[in-house]
Formats: sequence, C-alpha cells, structure tokens
Amino acid sequence: MFFLKYILRNLFRHKLRSVLTIVGVAVAVLAFGLLRTLVGLWYAGAEHASDTRLVTRNSISLVFPLPISYLDRIRGVPGVTSVSYGNWFGAYYKDQKNFFANYAIEPRGYLELYPELMLSPKEKNDFFLDRKGCIVGERLAKTYGWKVGDLITLKGTIFPGQWEFVLRGIYHGKEKATEERILLFHWSYLNEALRQTVPRRADQVGYFVVGVKKPELAPEVSMAIDSLFKNSLAETLTETEKAFHMSFVSMTEAIMVAIQIVSYMVIAIIMVVAANTMAMTARERISEYATLKTLGFKGGHLGGLIFGESVLISLSGGVVGVAATFPAAHWIEVELAQFFPYFSVSTETILLELLAALSVGVVSGIFPTWRGATIRIADGLKRIG
Amino acid sequence: MPEASAPIVRIRNLSKAYRRGTQVIPVLTDINFDIARGEFVALMGPSGSGKSTLLNLIAGIDSADQGSIQVGDVEITTLGESDLARWRAGSVGFIFQFYNLIPVLTAYENVELPLLLTHLSRRERSEHVEAVLNVVGLADRMDHYPSQLSGGQQQRVAIARAIVTDPEILVADEPTGDLDRASAEEILQLMDRLVREFGKTVIMVTHDPRAAEKAHLIRHLEKGELSVT
Amino acid sequence: MGIPYSYSFRNLWTRRLTTVLTASGMGLVVFVFAATLMLTEGLEKTLVETGSSDNVVLLRKSANSEVQSGVERDQASLLESQPEIAIGADGRPLLAKELVVLINLKKRVGDKPANVIIRGIDAASLKLRPAVRLKEGRMPRPGSAEVVAGESVAQRFKGCGLGETLRFGMRDWRVVGVFDAGATGFSSEIWGDRDQMMQAFRRPVYSSMIFRLRDTGAFDAYKARVEADPRLTVEAKRETQYYLDQSEAMAKFLRILGLVLTVIFSIGAVIGATITMYAAVANRVTEIGTLRALGFQRKSILASFIIEALLLGLCGGILGIFAASFMQLITISTMNWASFSELAFSFTLNFSIVWKSLLFSAVMGFVGGALPALRASRMNIVEALRAT
Repeated sequence: MFFLKYILRNLFRHKLRSVLTIVGVAVAVLAFGLLRTLVGLWYAGAEHASDTRLVTRNSISLVFPLPISYLDRIRGVPGVTSVSYGNWFGAYYKDQKNFFANYAIEPRGYLELYPELMLSPKEKNDFFLDRKGCIVGERLAKTYGWKVGDLITLKGTIFPGQWEFVLRGIYHGKEKATEERILLFHWSYLNEALRQTVPRRADQVGYFVVGVKKPELAPEVSMAIDSLFKNSLAETLTETEKAFHMSFVSMTEAIMVAIQIVSYMVIAIIMVVAANTMAMTARERISEYATLKTLGFKGGHLGGLIFGESVLISLSGGVVGVAATFPAAHWIEVELAQFFPYFSVSTETILLELLAALSVGVVSGIFPTWRGATIRIADGLKRIG
Repeated sequence: MPEASAPIVRIRNLSKAYRRGTQVIPVLTDINFDIARGEFVALMGPSGSGKSTLLNLIAGIDSADQGSIQVGDVEITTLGESDLARWRAGSVGFIFQFYNLIPVLTAYENVELPLLLTHLSRRERSEHVEAVLNVVGLADRMDHYPSQLSGGQQQRVAIARAIVTDPEILVADEPTGDLDRASAEEILQLMDRLVREFGKTVIMVTHDPRAAEKAHLIRHLEKGELSVT
Repeated sequence: MGIPYSYSFRNLWTRRLTTVLTASGMGLVVFVFAATLMLTEGLEKTLVETGSSDNVVLLRKSANSEVQSGVERDQASLLESQPEIAIGADGRPLLAKELVVLINLKKRVGDKPANVIIRGIDAASLKLRPAVRLKEGRMPRPGSAEVVAGESVAQRFKGCGLGETLRFGMRDWRVVGVFDAGATGFSSEIWGDRDQMMQAFRRPVYSSMIFRLRDTGAFDAYKARVEADPRLTVEAKRETQYYLDQSEAMAKFLRILGLVLTVIFSIGAVIGATITMYAAVANRVTEIGTLRALGFQRKSILASFIIEALLLGLCGGILGIFAASFMQLITISTMNWASFSELAFSFTLNFSIVWKSLLFSAVMGFVGGALPALRASRMNIVEALRAT
C-alpha cells in the first residue's frame, strides 16, 4: 500500500513528463493494434471461407478458362452436392477508380452455395428471371446510391464494351465478415454476347464452385475432379475455398510481413523513448534511493519502486491506447468503409496491446531498476552536494 | 560522565582506500578507536581527511578494505548486503547535511519510512511517529511536505526519522552545515537532549567549531590518521 | 551576442546516454520514413526503367495490362505496316507481336504459389529491350519448347533454374538460359518462343505489340491516327507510361502507408525529444540563470536550446539513414495488383530521400525542442540562480 502511494506520488512529480510518456505509449499501442487488425483483415477472407466449398480452376493460372462442358462431369463426382460456375468480369463503374469485384455467375446454384448472401425471396426471384439482372451487396449499393430497379452500366476491361444491368436485388451479408462490395450477374448474359462478338471466348468459365457433403470429403473430391481432366487441354486445380483465398493472400505476403514488422517497430521506438525517460527519472532521484538504502531498505524495495513506476506509466498508456482503439476502429469503419467494410478489433489484439504496453514498461524499467537497486550508498549520497 | 562497561563502537586496524583509475588513494590508515555508550563524539578535520568515510563505515553504508568494526555485539564488516541493511534499519539512525527527506512524502510519512521495515501494525507505527515528532516539536506539522518546511524544521523531521526505530547510535554528517546560526543551535540542543535524556550515542562529523563544542569529545582526523584533542 | 555552438554540442556530449537513446528513437523513425520512401522509389524505378520512351505498346482498348489485352491477327497485320515503325540493322521492322500470360508457379522457399508472367517473344523482342542481356546458357531456339528465365524468377521459383524443366500446356519446357534485366520488371518474367506458346495455351490472338518509333516525336500523331481508325480497337501507350500506370496502385498504397506510419511514429519520437529537452532544461536551471546574469539575451538562450534539439534530431537522422542504407541489400517480391503478377524490386536510396530524411529529422528535433527552449528562455534570472 505504502509503496503504491509512493509510486503514484512519484508519477505526479513531473506531470508533463509522465503525461507525455503515457501519450507516447498510448499512440504506439493504438498504432500497433490498428496495424495488427489491418493485417488480420488481409487474412480474414480466407479465414471466413467455407470448408465445404471447393474451387476448380485452370491449373496453369487464373487467366486461363475452363470449358463449360466440365460441369456435368464434375457434378457426377461422388460427394459433390451442387456445382455452380462463374467468371471474374473485372469491369469498372464510370471511372477506373470505381473498382469493385464483379462476377458473371450461374445464379441458382451460386446463391444456393453461398447462403450467406441473403436476399428476400422476391428479389431472388426477380434476379433469376431477368437475364440482364444483377444483384449487389448492401455496402456497394450504398457507396453508389443504387436502388433496386436502377440501370447500371459497367465498362469492361477483360470483356470490352459497355455492359448494362438492371439492379434486381441488394443482398445483406449473414455475418459481419461477409463481403458486401460485390456485383453478380447472369453468366448466360455474358456468354450470349460473347457468342456473337468473340465466339472463341464463349462457353468458357473462369472457375467452378463445388459444394461437398462434409469437409472431410474435400481432399478426396478435389483429387477425383482433377484426375478427371488430367492430360486434357485444360487441366484443373481444385482446392478448398480457403486455400484458394490463401493463394491470393500469400502473393502479397511480403507487404503484410513488412506491416507486421513495422507494428513491432512502433513498440520498439516507444520502448526507447520510455527507457530514456525512466533512466532520466531514476538518475534524478539517485540520492533519494541512497537515503532509502541508508534507512535499511534493500535493493529489492528500490527495484520495486522504480520498476513499479515504469510499469505503471506504460500500463496507463496501454489502457489509454486500448480505450482509444475502439473509437478509432469505429471511425475507420465509418469513414473508410470503402476500403475496410468492417474493422473489428479482436480480443487477441487487445490482449496483445496490453502485453506490448507491459513489455514497454518492463524493458524500459530494467536498466534504471538495476542501477537503483545496486547503487552504492556512499556514491549516491555524494551526488547531493 | 561515568564510563560505561564496554565501548559501543570498537574499531581495530581499520583501513580504506579509493581507486581512481589506476591510482590508489588511501583515505583511512590503521584506525583504532573506541566510542563509549552515551557518548557525543565530534569528528573534525579538513576536507578529504576521511572523516565522512569513517562515519559511513561505522554506519555500515560503505565497506572497509581491512580491519574490524564492532558495534554493540555485531561485527559489521563481516555482514552481507542484506544483513547489513537489516542491521542499519534497527541499530543506526542517520542525520544528513541536506536532510534527504523524500519530497513526495509528508513529514509524517518520512518519519514512518523506517518503520515500514518492521512488523509493527499501522496503529503502533502511528504511535511511534507521533511520539518522536513530539520530541522534535513538530507534531503540528506532520501533514506538511518537506518543501513547506524551513531548513531547521526539515532537519528536525530528519532527526525524528533517525530516532523513530529507537537505535542506539545516531550518525550525523554535517547536520548544521546547511543551516543558519539559530536553527543550527536548535539542532545541536536537540541532539544534546537525545544524548542526555534518551541515552543515545551520537557520532557527528562537522567543520563547525561551535557545533563541535557541544560534543563531549572531539577527535581530529588528519590525512587518514586519528588524533585526540 | 550568441552562445557558441560548442555549448550545445558539449551539453549533448555530457549526457551521452540520454542523447544516444533519444537519437536512436528518432533514428528508428527516420529509418521507417526513409525505408518506405526507398521502397516506393524502388518500385517506381523498377517499373519505369522497364519501359523505354521510344517504344510504343499497343493493347486492346480499355485493357489495363498486357495480360488482359488481346490483339486480333487481322488488326496486327494492319498495325505492322505503319510508317512510324523504326527499321532495325537487319532491315526488318523493330516490332514484336507478343503473347503475355500468367502461370502459377511455386516458390522455392515456402512452396507458396505466385503468378509469374510468361512472355512469348518475337524475333525483334530482344532488340526492343536493351536492358535484357543473356547471363547464362543460351536463348531458346525458335520452334522449340525452350524458355529463358529472368534472374529473379530463376532464383526464386521451382523449376525455373538453368537446366530445369517446367510443365504447362501439356508440354515440358526446358530452361535453357537465364537473363539479366537489371532493375527492371523483365527480371520477374519467363520468355519463350511465341508461336510455340500460342499453340500450347490455345491462344489464337496476340496479347500486345511493341515497336520502336522511327521518330520519338511522332507518337502523338500516331496515337491519334491509330485510335481513330475504325478498323482497329487498340490503344497506344509509350512503354514508359504503360509501366508507370502499372506501378500506380501499388506506389500509391506504399506512399499512403508510409505517410500514416511516419505520422504515428513521429508523435512518439517528438515526445521523446520533448522529454529529453525538458530534462536538459531542468538540469541546467542555475546554468541558464548564470548565462542570463552574464548578459546573454533570452533569444540567445532560446537559440542555444533549439540548436541543441536540432543537433539531436540530426544525429537521429544520420543514424536512421545509415541503417536504412543497408536496406538496399534487400529485395522485396510481391504481387503487383495492376498486373496480378509477381514483381521483384529493391529498396532504392537516392539523394532526394537522404535530404528529405535529414530535413524530417531536423523538423522532429525542432518540434520536440521548441517548448523546452521557450521555457528556458523565459526563466526569471533571480529565481533561476536561487535554484540549486
């Protein structure tokens, strides 16, 4: 009790210095938390991917299509419940900057395989019936102010031309992590157009989505599908949706690793700052420590005093930082919705933030604590005069 | 002054040197010195004569190179760091030139500090603290912080802190060195009272001949060697 | 009357530990600042150096990259006979019709897949890219299933080293050479015979056409004419512009990331500097009083402390740049979003980054030192002298 009181009073001795240090630690902890969340989001798509969905694509790479004729053969593989297919369409709205994911898909099977895209029965039916119909996620609709019934024109990059769609439905994500910035339309609409303009590109799909009965069947079914098309003109590569996402994520891994390194560097920087402050504080009080030792207090008492102050300052900064993380994440979610549809901070991140603050306190306290605990009384007293 | 049966401090063949780089500077050489119980001793000598070092050695806050220091029945030169700390907490009281009060603690809390190392309860501690603050005449100032007290008052708080554990020996390093005449006089009278009324043994290092006059015995240190005056 | 600079310098020297700690805190910030600038610089340099301003790239309209593009054979033959195309030493036009696709390869380390650009080259392709030089082995023989790999691909991807084989399009392709393309994007590509590849990939159309201009000034007129031609659906870009566009998204991301990080980091560093300078002032109250009593003016005291803070900042800056200069040894390999393909580039340090970093560190020092210096200069002489 007494020591706590002493530590607290010491904290208020240099109010400005303590406040500055606390702010510094808080900013670092906040930055650390947000960067970690950012990295987490990068992998979130893969983490939320279903393990009963497989993706079959051309084994050479994504830019190569597969013939639509594969559909029935994949359907025949034991363990497969349903199959749908689609094409990455890669078009943009009005300007290159307005980029979002858009796919040409086979609607019925697709929506069956993706129950997390929730549409009212009416909207769903309207979409199925309109060959030129499309559906978009709620967030995307909000971004461009689209309403059901609107005419949307996209400019193609892979499939040249102006493409017109009628908005037939706006879906909600079942979970927070469900992507709501997608536009989906009828694959047959694209295919009919291609048949007339570039017949050699018609009757091809970018990928098949394959539903399996249960996750354990995934490896077996994947192998069965790929062996069907072995040594054909278009060999396939089938993997779980998760692995498929991961292969994209891993391509930009270098940047994520850099961000991760940087997030630890923030903590390192503030560690140096806090260590400096503690060293300075301890140096100023060296004669006080010598006096306490003279009175019979031991190295351990003094160590506790200095260490306690260091940890208390850093933890206060940590708590402030954690408290600031939530409003900051909310702000990002609202203001930067275009880039981060959701920005929720995990419990793990919060714990890591506190751990980071604690380690700043511990590390910055080590040297001054050691100095204070081992100070020779006669030397310490000498400094007074 | 009746001679006590055995001296409370017994110093034999004590030597101490400091090393500055490769240079060895002898501070004390072969000191032999006894202090009787209830004595008020003044150590005098020019700067660098080793008087503060001797005081520090007796108080157990510096370590000797050679020789023995017996305080009461304890040979303190053989004590380890933590035994020494325990010994200091119970057996020695310190009075410094610059008072060395902790600025963030009140007068009461400063005096209470050494008691935190004992097993006394909160109530017992408060009784002790109030008693010694009464002795030094500062009971009405116990909630003041050092910065709110005059130099003389701060030194009196420091003396209260020194005697709160009821040690046999008090060591004082230039206790009046930073005070005006009147306050110095007060402090010396207080120390004299501690010897006479409470039977403490006081060992004081000082430059000030007027302070030394208050002592019963004056010892001179010159170049690390002791002489009786 | 000014206080000599050596006063500021010696004060920093006296408190070495604090100075070193504060400077290293700032050094880390400058390091991050410089490193992100270097990364962006490296990316842009790589993609800009890939292109040559005399070369023109022809892509299908609205295609963002060669991979997405397609140029039909009939259009290609029309485009081949334009008067702007330079003629090579062998009397043939310096024009290449190329096929560019992505293939999925696994990295040697970690077995992770990545998209690699594979380019089916024409006879003139090599002449159009003077940066590309064969380093080991030989170029593929026309009409054979042979490829050459860029140095960066050869090192990093399975099956891409000299003498190894790759399998795609139902055929095995032998790597017969490794080429060095300096710090250009070609280092991250694999090249092989175009006709063989078109056959293997079942691609009846070219991806893009590249040619050298006879007269570099003729580009605008050429572009206007070709893009207005109703028989053609292509877009002409200078090769430099094409690669600059490819780097845009990534460079922007890196720039924003760098900016955000730098701002956050500098808050920490400025706080560190402020604390240090406040302590410096607090430790020297009597000294400041003495200086003032000797007749030094407030502004001299202010200047002296500001100089001390600036020196502190510059120490950090030099430390940071020194550390960052070692980053030049590191090559980053990541997916370029514009082309969806793997691209390797290095941290690149140049003079502009050095002085930007130094300026930045000085500004941090100044901001950190301003308040404490002001406090020092405002001290009351009598009170300052009395403080012990």
